[in-house]
Amino acid sequence: MAVTTDPPLAGAVDPAPTRRGLRRPRALGAWAAVAPLLVYCALFLGLPTWALLYEAVRRTDPATGVTSFTARNIAESWSGFYLTAMWGSLRLSLLTALICAVVGLMTAHTIAQSRGRMLRQAVLTASGVLANFGGIPLAFCFIAAAGTAGEATGLIRRIDPGFALDTFTGLVLVYPYFLIPLMVLTTMPALEGLRPQWREAAAGLGGSAWDYWRHVGGPILLPTLLGGFVLCFGSSFAAYATAQALAGGTVPLITLRIASVLSGNVLAGQENLGMAMSLDTIFICALMMAVYLPLRARSARWLDS
Amino acid sequence: MARLVTGEVAEDRGGPEGGGPEGAAPEGGGPDRAMPEIAAPDRAASPGRAVGARWSARGGVTGRLSRVRWWRAAILGVVGIYLLGPLVSALWFTVYNPRLREFSLAPYGQLFGASGFPASVRMTFLLALTTIALEFALLVPAMVAIRLRLPRLRGVVESIAMVPLVVSPVALTAGVSSVLGWGLNDQGSWIFRLDADLQSQSFPLILPFVYAILALPFAFRALDAGLRAVDLKILVEASRGLGASWPIVLWRVLLPNLRAGMLSGAVLTLALVFGEYTVASILGFVPFAVWIVQDGQGSGQLPIAVSLLSLLLSWAVLFLVSFLGGRRAAAVTDRSS
Repeated sequence: MAVTTDPPLAGAVDPAPTRRGLRRPRALGAWAAVAPLLVYCALFLGLPTWALLYEAVRRTDPATGVTSFTARNIAESWSGFYLTAMWGSLRLSLLTALICAVVGLMTAHTIAQSRGRMLRQAVLTASGVLANFGGIPLAFCFIAAAGTAGEATGLIRRIDPGFALDTFTGLVLVYPYFLIPLMVLTTMPALEGLRPQWREAAAGLGGSAWDYWRHVGGPILLPTLLGGFVLCFGSSFAAYATAQALAGGTVPLITLRIASVLSGNVLAGQENLGMAMSLDTIFICALMMAVYLPLRARSARWLDS
Repeated sequence: MARLVTGEVAEDRGGPEGGGPEGAAPEGGGPDRAMPEIAAPDRAASPGRAVGARWSARGGVTGRLSRVRWWRAAILGVVGIYLLGPLVSALWFTVYNPRLREFSLAPYGQLFGASGFPASVRMTFLLALTTIALEFALLVPAMVAIRLRLPRLRGVVESIAMVPLVVSPVALTAGVSSVLGWGLNDQGSWIFRLDADLQSQSFPLILPFVYAILALPFAFRALDAGLRAVDLKILVEASRGLGASWPIVLWRVLLPNLRAGMLSGAVLTLALVFGEYTVASILGFVPFAVWIVQDGQGSGQLPIAVSLLSLLLSWAVLFLVSFLGGRRAAAVTDRSS
């Protein structure tokens, strides 16, 4: 995925239309309108991504000061301390994404069925804010609710005596707050795209609600559900602000490690480990995207017609 | 005419609601497009009720149906409590003082006197405006051109717009910081000066540049939904035929038509910039969100009051904007039918 942003791609598409553009000045004008966007993305998305790739395989020996190309950064980013963080991130993201995909889908379904326009607008706009904006303000609201002096902390501790916000369990409690809205936003269009006629047809043929979901609604929604799961996973995996504000250094997460390496919190010679870990996260997200894109195309085929 | 009406209904969706999904999700492309023509009118006719009536006529199913309703209420209740709980307790936390056993709105009053608050809000607001301007200056002409003349490029731009979902903000920041580091090698060169300008403490230009990339996925979606709702070709051909120049077409014909989509994209970008912590804190700048954290370590109520206010304010603005777009669409529909 990341590689597509590099100039080569823009360049690869370039020649043919330019040739035609010479014949037709109108197309040339259109290219002039698109070019700034492509150049901008190459500069601020392509260049940093390329820098990551480049720096991740370079290493300066602290003793000799010689810089050389090596795979050691990448290898080290998959070992020890850093592997623990990667493992923690993966575990947290998979768990929260699983919870939120299921709960979010059910919530979205309930809202899609409701008739009040006010409710729908309120929920959708609130979801937009929470899914994107969340981060720091969210963390502080949770500190007020379930922090050491929080209003609901006593209640939660009655269920789980060792509960604290700056633990793995604490993050599992907080992350759904921005992931469920994300899931609602993602699945809402598909849920609204389920035609009532399909349901009526199923009922008319003598099918129960279960039959409808088993044979009609379920298969159509499955790609959307999986797509939503992938997005929740990605969002949870990439989350930094919430984790930093709540857990600081206490929960091993890959984003927290990257940030701490970037701010110089690392042994001499390992400065580029942050780049290697960033590359690892891109690799994992790209893998998830590779699963998601074909799924999206599949569900779009049904819901689009 | 009918076509125009559906178009406006579609825009109604495309603006505020469509603006949402794009926010986080690259989803839109497919399912989003599914809606306008058929589902919107159907929903108005409340399909749930029609099916419900038919099913209850079938006797035995009634029990199951009510069980389904009960489930639905339970889910909504649990999720509602989970989502409202922290907000309510944050509000309670900021207005009630358990030691003195009294209510007071003092934390909200202290807000404006807090050191660093006006400066960080001013800077963040400027950053947000710059980001929004940059975003639209890049996206609007490009997307109009793609729609009119270069449809083949749509896929390319759409996939570029999704890359920020793969390259997480932390990873992007790591890349940006190493690119910025390269410039520091030779002092005095133009690259060094450019580098220093980008990272000026009073107004770090590098932030809007990175934010524009972070906002790309949903700005693209919001605009795309807006563009889909108008018949671009006819509008442009009509105005060009009447002798308007390209800038005039863009300014007086296209922008007013794209207003709903742009507005929701802009509000979401504003929210993103105000909530953004990752990039700014790693690169070492202090806009709003970073200020809350730095300032919030010691004092109790103030940062929570600020957080609550900023969440509620951005939600209120987005909600209003969504109705603004909706009402305009409704008015147009009335006129044309």
